[in-house]
Amino acid sequence: MYIIGKGITRKDAFEKVTGQAKYTADFETNEMLHARLVISPYAHALIKNIDMSEAEKIPGVRAVITGQNLPLTGEELQDRPPIATDRVRYQGEVISIVVADNPYLAEQGAQAVNVQYEPLPVVNSPSEALKPDAPLLHPKLGEYKKIQGVYPEPGTNIATRTKIRKGNWEKGCAESEVIVEEHFAFRPSDHAAMETRCSFAQIHPNGMIEISSSSQAPFMIKRLIGQYFGISTGKIRVNTPLVGGAYGGKASTQLEILAYIATKEVNGRLVKILNTREEDMLTSPGHIGLEARVKLGSTKEGLLKVAELTYLWDGGAYSDKSIDLSRAGAVDCTGPYHIENIWCDSLCMYTNHPYAAPFRGFSHSEVHFAFERTMDVLAQKLNIDPLELRNKNAILPGHTTPTQVLLNSSTVGNLPKCISKLKELINWQEGQIKDLGNHRVRAKGISCIWKTSTIDPNATSAVILIFNPDGSINLISGVIEIGTATKTILAQMLAERLKMDVNDIHVQMEVDTLSTPEHWKTVASRGTYMAGRAVLAAAEDIIRQLKNIASFILRAREDDLEVGYGKVYVRDDPKTSILIKDIAYGYTFPNGNTIGSQIIGRGNFVIRGMTYLDKETGAGRPGPEWTVGAEGVEIELDLRTYTYKVLKAVAVIDIGKVFNEKTAIGQVKGAMSMGLSFAARETFWFDDHGSVLNPQLRTYRPIRFGEHPKYVVAFVETPEIDAPYGGRGVGEHGLIGMPAALANSLSTALSVNVNYLPLIPELLWKIKRGEK
Amino acid sequence: MPNPSAKKISVSLNINGEMRQVEIRPIDTLLYVLRHHLSLTGAKPGCLNGDCGACSVMVNDNVYKSCIMLAIESVGSAITTVEGLKDSPIQNAFVKHFAFQCGYCTPGFIMNCQALLLKHPHPTYEVVKEWLSSNICRCTCYQEIEEAIFSVVEGRVGGTSE
Ligand code: FES
Ligand code: FES
Repeated sequence: MYIIGKGITRKDAFEKVTGQAKYTADFETNEMLHARLVISPYAHALIKNIDMSEAEKIPGVRAVITGQNLPLTGEELQDRPPIATDRVRYQGEVISIVVADNPYLAEQGAQAVNVQYEPLPVVNSPSEALKPDAPLLHPKLGEYKKIQGVYPEPGTNIATRTKIRKGNWEKGCAESEVIVEEHFAFRPSDHAAMETRCSFAQIHPNGMIEISSSSQAPFMIKRLIGQYFGISTGKIRVNTPLVGGAYGGKASTQLEILAYIATKEVNGRLVKILNTREEDMLTSPGHIGLEARVKLGSTKEGLLKVAELTYLWDGGAYSDKSIDLSRAGAVDCTGPYHIENIWCDSLCMYTNHPYAAPFRGFSHSEVHFAFERTMDVLAQKLNIDPLELRNKNAILPGHTTPTQVLLNSSTVGNLPKCISKLKELINWQEGQIKDLGNHRVRAKGISCIWKTSTIDPNATSAVILIFNPDGSINLISGVIEIGTATKTILAQMLAERLKMDVNDIHVQMEVDTLSTPEHWKTVASRGTYMAGRAVLAAAEDIIRQLKNIASFILRAREDDLEVGYGKVYVRDDPKTSILIKDIAYGYTFPNGNTIGSQIIGRGNFVIRGMTYLDKETGAGRPGPEWTVGAEGVEIELDLRTYTYKVLKAVAVIDIGKVFNEKTAIGQVKGAMSMGLSFAARETFWFDDHGSVLNPQLRTYRPIRFGEHPKYVVAFVETPEIDAPYGGRGVGEHGLIGMPAALANSLSTALSVNVNYLPLIPELLWKIKRGEK
Repeated sequence: MPNPSAKKISVSLNINGEMRQVEIRPIDTLLYVLRHHLSLTGAKPGCLNGDCGACSVMVNDNVYKSCIMLAIESVGSAITTVEGLKDSPIQNAFVKHFAFQCGYCTPGFIMNCQALLLKHPHPTYEVVKEWLSSNICRCTCYQEIEEAIFSVVEGRVGGTSE
């Protein structure tokens, strides 16, 4: 390999360390107006009256906007008014937007809006939502517009139900000699990206709507706003500069809708909305919660025979992406194991909580927490080593997934290899638990993982390559640079294919939907796969054009030519060549005659053979391949105070092919850190009224410097045939196993079943005392 | 929230070695003035509450969270923002060790590291931990940032980018 696999410097590096990198909120003009939101302090209430008169009187306040006559929104099911009118269903829900000349005035205006509420009883968890006498959040559930594959159950709080019916449940039960059943729960939490969401919008005199937003999905914004407001998509232009952390949270379309509504109310003037941290945590969508029941049956030797699963997702007040999240949780409803008989009901429940956006791992860390904890419980009951139990049941080519996809050596990675590498790296041989004396123990916990993407079956990605006169190439792709260095990797792929210097590839970091070809959404660890295929297709397009021109000059057949090292050359006589820069804009003969002109390469890609899931059985092909991995943590716990420190965290992932070692390791470690943070400490604390008590970073406290363990990352490389250079998705997988591994280590250390998150000392103490 | 109609006053601020004349309200934070009046957008808003460190700048070689400091307090002091650092060892170390991903927390971390290194050219791990725990990075696992700062302490990364 020429450059694939090397740890080259990121394309955005110098911008980012000099403060020159521009994020959405960094753009400002003098004539820009600023908006502030009025949000609900109640989780569930009727809006009795909104008095805007005081706010409207403030000089410099240009508009006070309420929600009449707005369409319902929602990506799969249109259940969400962008601005609440008669009823609020979560704390933080938008009641009004105040637009003013500067942020201070907008804030003053927002504080002057007087809203009268009549509180209603709240639905404070998904199991409460399921009760027959629970308050109904959406009495009109049956009337909402929806897309294919969404099955709301009117008269209940169920936004959709995904069923997995694989094999024969009764047979599986009959063959099981040992059965375990465990229950799990955790509350919604937040992505807490350092950049709070920001959008600004204007309507140009010619009617063109221009929106800039910190988003993972500018092309989706264009489609959805077009769809909600009945505007042709060509009249909507969305810009996304660099994004300051996203982790799935910025894949939802929310603030952009408000920015559009705001600009419409002030005659198309430019209006900016920048979320406060509190709004970013409450009003904009967060990280989904879950209540789960996992029942596993196996033979005495530990061969899994049946899995029976109920997942109740805390989708919050509106279903937006949580429908898809609950579906993805069904797609990979088990760990990465061969299980012939699976019964799963995955329900997206409405509650009076902030609603959900995708979160890195897209339901997989959540499901794996429940499933992989139960695997440990089963191992204990069987008296089998937990790693051995996993190894015994590891999913392999020839097996089928819960949605009945038959796997082959390309579509699934090598799990046994990951397990054996993990065993080594975590020094499994020395034992899972060690008494250090003085009330201290060390313990290890593990989890296996897998994940496919659950993206729209017709999601596409396209790339344009444009030559410069010096022979360098501009690479233009709709992938958003959210921190993953995907665009650097795309440049590496192109450099590899054209055997050229990666410094001669200029990457356009910003996305402008007017001039950038579409990449569906920058989600699901699919950037390198889909955009990578598009890059390779565009490279072929360029090569063909270069060879075509060169064939005239070199007087050789096109198929006798090669492209590389800045030249087109004759295969068996490389000295007969022409520099690419001399033909990148066509070729001019000595007399002035010119053939060809600026070369533009085009490439696009769609994943082959994706299908919707069958309504009754879940059968279907939701993603192209399954990345697998094995992960573990080692902790040291004080048995008196229940405080602990994570000493070491290990992840072994079958990445297919490492493109850029440094960024790949960085992605995995960053994801592990986020997974440990989620597992160990992150949650929204709700009071009895459904209010979040900690919507700020002082009380919602992610891992900080110095609290980090030692991270160890290793890769297995089992190529996926369809992927560029064989690489598999890897942006999320480090996260997926961490919650289960950490909970397994603590369960081992304390000899109890720790089935709740976050894993704070108080919880451990309560469980140990039998109070939870 | 400050009173928006409060009178503006004219002050000069010493920023990155230049004297800059600005019209501010006494209640404007330094972060607001840097970003909105001076177009120095390297310092970022993350919480406006002193919790995340994304807005960190140096004032007389000490690190401050500019979201909870009034601009007027900085009159007469030398303010350094990330834009004022050029080819510094810590910036190069961040590049070399991939100590950022999205880059949003990076200016804050770099300014914090810079101030720390000025005060403690050879800090212990405990000192580094105490200083850097005031900033949040949500993308990296901090190990890269740790490697970056210690590579400067150990003189492994110099002032010229490699
Ligand atoms: S913005 Fe200043 S500390 Fe967060
Ligand atoms: S690099 Fe994204 S928050 Fe630190």
